[in-house]
Amino acid sequence: MSIVDVAIVGAGPAGMAAATRCREFGLDTTLYDEQSGSGGQIYRGITRSPLIQPEVLGAEYWQGAPLVRALEKSGAVHVPDATVWSATANDAGIALGLAVGTPGRRTSSVVQARAVILATGAMERPFPVPGWTLPGVIGAGSAQILLKTAGVVPQGRTVLAGSGPLLWLLAWQYLRAGIAFAAMLDTTPRGRLAKALRHAPDFARSPYFAKGRELVRDVRRRANVIEYVTTLAIDGDRAARAVRYTVDGREHTIPVDQVMLHQGVVPDVNLAQAAGCVLAWSPAQACFAPVVDAWGGTAVAGLYVAGDGAGIAGALAAVPRGRLAALAVANALGRINHVTRDSMARRDRGELAVAMRGRAFLDALYRPADTFLLPSGSTLVCRCEEIDAQTIIDLARQGCAGPNQMKAFVRCGMGPCQGRFCGLTVNALIAREQQRDPADVGYYRLRFPVKPVTLEEMAAGPRTPEAIQAVERLEKTETDPM
Amino acid sequence: MFARQPDLLADRDAVEIVVDGTTVVARAGDTVAAAMLATGLSCIRTTPVSGTPRGPFCMMGVCFDCLVTIDGHASQQGCLVKVAPGMRVDTQHGARPIVVTAKDWT
Repeated sequence: MSIVDVAIVGAGPAGMAAATRCREFGLDTTLYDEQSGSGGQIYRGITRSPLIQPEVLGAEYWQGAPLVRALEKSGAVHVPDATVWSATANDAGIALGLAVGTPGRRTSSVVQARAVILATGAMERPFPVPGWTLPGVIGAGSAQILLKTAGVVPQGRTVLAGSGPLLWLLAWQYLRAGIAFAAMLDTTPRGRLAKALRHAPDFARSPYFAKGRELVRDVRRRANVIEYVTTLAIDGDRAARAVRYTVDGREHTIPVDQVMLHQGVVPDVNLAQAAGCVLAWSPAQACFAPVVDAWGGTAVAGLYVAGDGAGIAGALAAVPRGRLAALAVANALGRINHVTRDSMARRDRGELAVAMRGRAFLDALYRPADTFLLPSGSTLVCRCEEIDAQTIIDLARQGCAGPNQMKAFVRCGMGPCQGRFCGLTVNALIAREQQRDPADVGYYRLRFPVKPVTLEEMAAGPRTPEAIQAVERLEKTETDPM
Repeated sequence: MFARQPDLLADRDAVEIVVDGTTVVARAGDTVAAAMLATGLSCIRTTPVSGTPRGPFCMMGVCFDCLVTIDGHASQQGCLVKVAPGMRVDTQHGARPIVVTAKDWT
């Protein structure tokens, strides 16, 4: 079994910054990531983007480059193509279940770390509208990844639909790359801007403000932006063929070849929650996030969560959040005393405060409309097990106690995605039907492995005494009921 | 459907993979899912539950809608695996076949 001081999961901005900072204190640091390169999703492909015109993606994307360079120089070990599927606290710290490698050569092993920083980031919020599972319907973030990493773009008739900064960014990037789209359907409800305005003075001082305003103006000028869309459905048999939407009570249809959906991002909580972190409901962000202290510390000793995985605050905030977790780890492992920790943290906290400016504005403006969080009828809620909204609603009306009982009744959340794309919807539907607070309804109890790992991969791992002990048949004793 | 936008891209080595028996030219650095989308394929599997078609959705390893068989290994996440010369990719229809291979475990 390999032993490290610090294991960091996720090589996005928080993970990269945390790893780099850990190395400044001489900690033996290993960074695991599922992708083949560092950058996470926000800076996906930054070291090897094949795009010849960097300006297509915008200057903000390239801000990730110094983070990657610092990481590369830091001496941290970066293990790509690595899936961490468990994290268990023990006397020596945290043991991580790890699967590394390409198909057929993937093996699983256990890594022992004295401390672990989870920087598992965010994923696109579920957008359960009719037809959201059809081929040709992808997330806006997904579309961005295709553009950044492979120059793969939509052809033919395209519609962007939803709300949130990332949807505007994708529209802007497509326009810069010369890719036309038929329409951008903005589902931001009427009145949201008015509600958000009380946070506007703060947002005006945000690093995102000038860029955001320019970007939205540019897209409005050059694209067909349709506002106040109140319903959305994608029709098609074997692939997306048309988008139906309602504005001012009138339904319209646009023929399409593909649709990019987006209504914000939410923390990917699976590994943190399965590891024992307590989740809390965020009313402002309408999602669950692990409860963390000012350093990213959690209910599990030795386990920290940094970046968007601990609540959405964006890439600029993820960097100081990663560094703060690293300071706490360095202090916990005896490399620095708390005086040094606190004095070094001052700069990071300043940077974090600047990066957080205007977050409340964005949260208020882009909180999805209830319609798009609460599907009905035959619209799929659980993509994996194909459980529709009516099934969930009926069981909730019959008194189903919560998401875990729902799971036991109909298998929602039990497919390979492990509830990532249905958990929030199941929570929202139960809360509405039973007139309960989403915080009270709660979330799935997530368990290891948080990503599928085969018995063959587990068996192919190193045969340590601990591993053999874990799977070998125990010697029969007098009390053995067998 | 999706396609490659050549005027955006720097040269990369061509990588030939075989998708359902047909040779497809991908680019070095592509994931299997991106390479399949780039050929105009949007449906890459049918589900085990109802047999309905699906295609890549999240491209970041969380939705599992891009599951394909790679070099004989079923249910691999196409968006997390990079193409390699000669790689054999097969689309999956319904539940994956469970193949048990006898091995020497001693």
